[in-house]
Amino acid sequence: MPQGLEPILINAAKIFAIANALMASVAILTWIERRLSAIIQFRLGPNRVGPAGLFQPLADGIKFFMKEETIPADARKGVFIIAPFIALVSALTAFAVIPIGTQIEIAGRVIDLVILDLDGGLLVALAASSLGVYGIVCAGWASNSKYALMGGLRASAQMISYELALGLSIVGVLSVSGTLRPTEIVALQAGSPWQWNIFGGGWQLLGFMIFMVAGYAETNRLPFDMPEAESELVAGYHTEYSSMKFSMFFMAEYIAMITISGMAVTLFLGGYLTGIPALDTMGGILGALIQIGTFVTKVGFFLILFVWVRWTLPRFRYDQLMDLGWKRLFPLALLNLLVTALLVAFDIV
Amino acid sequence: MEQIAFIVLSGLALISALVVVFHRNQVISALALAGNLVAIAGFYMLLNAQFLALLQVIVYAGAIMVLVLFVIMLLNVAEEARSHDSSPIQRYLSPILAIVFVVALGAALFGSGSAEPFAPASDSFGTVDQVGISLFTTFFYAFEVISLLLVVAMVGSVLLAKRRL
Repeated sequence: MPQGLEPILINAAKIFAIANALMASVAILTWIERRLSAIIQFRLGPNRVGPAGLFQPLADGIKFFMKEETIPADARKGVFIIAPFIALVSALTAFAVIPIGTQIEIAGRVIDLVILDLDGGLLVALAASSLGVYGIVCAGWASNSKYALMGGLRASAQMISYELALGLSIVGVLSVSGTLRPTEIVALQAGSPWQWNIFGGGWQLLGFMIFMVAGYAETNRLPFDMPEAESELVAGYHTEYSSMKFSMFFMAEYIAMITISGMAVTLFLGGYLTGIPALDTMGGILGALIQIGTFVTKVGFFLILFVWVRWTLPRFRYDQLMDLGWKRLFPLALLNLLVTALLVAFDIV
Repeated sequence: MEQIAFIVLSGLALISALVVVFHRNQVISALALAGNLVAIAGFYMLLNAQFLALLQVIVYAGAIMVLVLFVIMLLNVAEEARSHDSSPIQRYLSPILAIVFVVALGAALFGSGSAEPFAPASDSFGTVDQVGISLFTTFFYAFEVISLLLVVAMVGSVLLAKRRL
């Protein structure tokens, strides 16, 4: 094998593995969501396909493939077709900078457990998720339907508003750690759980809460799912979509959830670190597996929280949503930044 | 690798720029402009200016263009704009000005006299650190004045939009 080819192949393999892991998580997540929502509402949920209904996502997937694909007659065809791709690709790209562990050694090669280890890594995630809004806006506009258009408009206004609070809440962590590189941010949180940025490592509890609320709005999940509020907009921006194209929007939404959870874990909760120094510095295959397992567990907790919140809280009204974003979260994020700046200036963190 | 990326990005940038100018539908034009901005960000990336590239995507493609799209969709300016004919002065003056601009740009590019290639950028060039340091040391006053200018623009736009506060 030529020398120059190996890193490219390793990267391709990493991308393949992570993308597939994300897709598989989406499948499992839909099952969890349906079962958990059923428990919350005193129902049973899908429990017929496979043990405890575990094969239900598989059946759903087959259904999506078999369904007829419809494109409205008056739709802008090109934009209509490209919109779900934009949504899915940007959702997948954002995950590339999140480290799921330090390193793993496979067949004599040391492989970093992150796809893209850039100096401005966090900005890549923000940039990718800010491009994701184009998928929704394009879908809403190209469908040539008033419900879809309203959904697309709402999505663009909402995502721009909450991006501010989201970005500002991250700045707190950045000024504490002094770097934008996610791998370094995690490495700086090594030690006991008290060293995590949310606790004594950075006193970012407020920042974390702002990040989570803004994250729910960014991913268009309840209680902020205005772009697809069923009772008002049928299904919002994806009203006119069917079969695999609808399923791509669906996957994009769930992958965005995973990415936001991953970012929350990486920035505030020590990423892949267990909080037990002996386990974190173990190294070797086992150490890498422990790191990956820790990361998955932490992210899993937030994903279940996403589902839990969705099925317990009612939807906001649109003006309330904007009020919360601009008049509450934004000033709070500024306050958090000010306090953090003072803490950093006086060398407390 | 870099050559391939450059060719692909150039193609994207050129095609999207042409679509922006020639497409009759404003929404498509705006989308093409967003694509163009992302392609330009790709050029920055190739030139080692990571931070600039990412900011270009976040600020211009991710926020400003979305707002532009938002306004176009909300106000539905399509019919209004089509019926509006530009004045004859504009029609004849604009191509002349465009040619003058291209000539001036070309003169600046080829007549600048520095035939020797630039020194290669250092490894830390274009990182967040470097940009931050030069913004807050070398260009400190310019940076502060620009931020003041932005505040003025913001206050002005709020005043214009809301006559009675």
